[in-house]
Amino acid sequence: MSTTIVRLPDQATAQMPKRSYLNNEHGLLSWLLTGDHKRIAILYLISISFFFLLGGIFAGLIRLELLTPQPDLMASDTYNKMFTMHGVVMIFLFLVPSVPATLGNFLIPIMIGAKDLAFPKINLLSWYLYMVGGVLTLAALVLGGVDTGWTFTTPLSTHYLNTNVVTAATAIFIAGFASIFTGLNFIVTIHRMRAPGMTWFRMPLFVWANYAASILMVLGTPVLAITLVLVALERTIGIGVFDPTKGGDPLLFQHLFWFYSHPAVYIMILPGMGVISEVISTFSRKRVFGYTAVAFSSVAIALFGFFVWAHHMFIMGVSNYSALVFSLLTMLVAVPSAIKVFNWSFTLQKGSITFETPMLYAFAFIGLFTIGGMTGVFLGSLGMDIHLTETYFIVAHFHFVMVGGMLMAFLAGIHFWWPKMTGRMYPESFSKLSAVTSFIGFNLTFMPQFVLGYLGMPRRYHAYPAEYQVLNVLSTAGATVLGIGFLLPLLYLGWSLKYGKIAGNNPWQATGLEWQIQSPPLTENFTEIPVIDYEAYDYEWLAHKTEQEVTVG
Amino acid sequence: MHISPVLWQFLVKWLNSSALFPREASTIAPYTDALYFFLLLITVVGLVLVGALVFGFALRYRAERHPVAEQIEGSTLLEATWTIIPLALFLVTFVWGALLYFRIYTPPANAMNIYVVGKQWMWKAEHPGGQHEINALHVPVGRPVQLTMISQDVFHSFSIPDFRVKREVIPGRYSTVWFQATEPGTYHIFCTQYCGTQHSGMIGEVTAMTPEDYKKWTEQSTSGMSLAQNGERLFASMGCNSCHSGNAASRGPNLAGVYGSKLQLANGSQVLVNDAYLRDAILNPSQHVTAGYSPIMPTYQGQISEDGLIDLVEYIKSLDSNYRVQQTLTTSDSSNQAAPNTPGMVKP
Repeated sequence: MSTTIVRLPDQATAQMPKRSYLNNEHGLLSWLLTGDHKRIAILYLISISFFFLLGGIFAGLIRLELLTPQPDLMASDTYNKMFTMHGVVMIFLFLVPSVPATLGNFLIPIMIGAKDLAFPKINLLSWYLYMVGGVLTLAALVLGGVDTGWTFTTPLSTHYLNTNVVTAATAIFIAGFASIFTGLNFIVTIHRMRAPGMTWFRMPLFVWANYAASILMVLGTPVLAITLVLVALERTIGIGVFDPTKGGDPLLFQHLFWFYSHPAVYIMILPGMGVISEVISTFSRKRVFGYTAVAFSSVAIALFGFFVWAHHMFIMGVSNYSALVFSLLTMLVAVPSAIKVFNWSFTLQKGSITFETPMLYAFAFIGLFTIGGMTGVFLGSLGMDIHLTETYFIVAHFHFVMVGGMLMAFLAGIHFWWPKMTGRMYPESFSKLSAVTSFIGFNLTFMPQFVLGYLGMPRRYHAYPAEYQVLNVLSTAGATVLGIGFLLPLLYLGWSLKYGKIAGNNPWQATGLEWQIQSPPLTENFTEIPVIDYEAYDYEWLAHKTEQEVTVG
Repeated sequence: MHISPVLWQFLVKWLNSSALFPREASTIAPYTDALYFFLLLITVVGLVLVGALVFGFALRYRAERHPVAEQIEGSTLLEATWTIIPLALFLVTFVWGALLYFRIYTPPANAMNIYVVGKQWMWKAEHPGGQHEINALHVPVGRPVQLTMISQDVFHSFSIPDFRVKREVIPGRYSTVWFQATEPGTYHIFCTQYCGTQHSGMIGEVTAMTPEDYKKWTEQSTSGMSLAQNGERLFASMGCNSCHSGNAASRGPNLAGVYGSKLQLANGSQVLVNDAYLRDAILNPSQHVTAGYSPIMPTYQGQISEDGLIDLVEYIKSLDSNYRVQQTLTTSDSSNQAAPNTPGMVKP
């Protein structure tokens, strides 16, 4: 049993480096035409924060409407547009690009010792496509909104609504290519551009997780694209792919849509899991327990994730055999997630644990993701699904995974790498307050929705029976707290850009390659190509290196 | 602190009338709830376990108490444990869930059938005896009831939470669900699949009644014409009887007794004649040509509403002999005016 010395903070003497990717070039154009993966990550970060705020406003209005059983705040059509836009914005413009396009873009090249992604221009194109998708979504909103639900269910979307379906579908179609390009870039970069000595099993788990998500993006998104094209064609020129009166099959749409949209769930959560591995290891100063198992469980999730889509259709009259097969596969995909949760827990064992903000978010993630994952097993179980699907139970379930899981992981990651991205620390006490507030607010918002769901309250309901009011009031109260918890980081992170303490190269004493270079990094990341002769999360190597630096210094 | 008695009364009433757990009002409900509590149990146990590990380790190994971390690579034994135990639990859940699924979606042979048509934004229930209801459904307790459902426009989903049953109502195909109510009372019907503007208004009430009350209700609320009788009139007014006359020389196959039989088709395949087949054969006849007949029947796509199709299907189901067909033939020749304004019969 070997030992590791705990942190030697280098913050006290730290100074902002004279030259970094932030001040290498000046002017708006130097940002808009940049090929630097770090600058593109910042562009993405700003844009997704905007869309998160927008989606959050929709969520707030939805919860406000549901405060009372009567439809009194807005008209039914408006309400339907609210939850549609909330879903579209949050999923396609926030969750899918959240970790990969910001943290992934920033960190993956650095973590594997490369100077940039394989295709910097395609990376920039990806951001522009994302922005075109975003602007078109805003256009659909301004022109009168869209009320199909984010699921675009046919024949409702093709024949029965006269809102901006085609505009919204085009927006998602284009944003989809942004995600394909990001995935493509990551796959090529990880395969071809690792530094000497950076073998597959020396890569940080964050890279593994993003690699798995990239495979899903590249293979899954085209299916969504073609599905949306078919919807648009059926809507505009009336081809009969989904329309039963023309010999089409409305269930075909469900198959095609969920063939992307279920793996999309893993596109959203896998990178978050990568963040959690990094954070937990760093703040317990310990190698991730069972590195290989965690790495392979990411790949297993990606693989199984493609074969469970029909569990969204158990009550739609799929054949009994396919219901059985898809339920079984759904149970199997839950196992790698369980493995990860236990591996993270055991990473803490015999560590030397400190509780900085990213760690608090990571703890929140473990708890909330466990609930989100287990309630997924409820829904994967055939007979149980009949009663629970299409109710608030499912709403609560995916918010536990997407907000409790993914968003907490995203915030963990943003706080964790904030010093690296900006060179400055966020204020610790405010951020702890925000982590605790969001955790409490989150549980208060979504726990009552499980109860509502079992009671049978259907999702996407503008009005509801009076006996469900108490639980809805609780949920709305929670959403208010949650909203504050999510607004705080926006404020204090902005503040810290100018007034935050200077971070230094490695404020967390973490082992990743990104922490061995200056903060914020140089445009070219490394002054010389690093040679990797140690494993990931090797705290002894770090201690040794720090010791030498101290002696030399 | 002083609280106004009016406000206090309001709060107490408000809390008392709030729901926390749905009623168990069907034979299925206890089975569903049993699985639910099992799942809840393993969730809580799992959560407590993970919580204990995280909090236990976090306290025991916090930096102040444990300043130096000890590196551990992993443990195959431990990892195998937390792979196999969850897997086993999930497999139990899978089997249990599958059994429940088949229980909920396999109607008993003696179930009474009620048709339900979903459309934006209402539920229409059609009882074989000719009772029509909108956003309401009357059923007897203690007797299995099967719903044969179809949508006239978009996807809907028929849900009765207190019975723990739900099924998607799909345009262009019949789907079925069954239940047996145990407690007289009224229960919510919800449309749970988002279906457009008034989605949250597509609600209704199912009234479960004692058999005596139910009998009384059926007698009082019948429109005087059973579905089959409506179908008979439609059969005549659409001119179906000119080919499906039941004569040996007629151009269309004999329909008497066809329901429930195995039919040999012209393309060589064999099909079981059920509701869905009959509906399809009326709408897309060229794909369902009975062996020995030529494909001359025109399509009725867009000409008959879903209600009309249900009437026709019920009529054909009721045909044991050709006596009625021939009766229809003679009456429709003499008095075509008699083909009445059955509600929703023929779309203009």
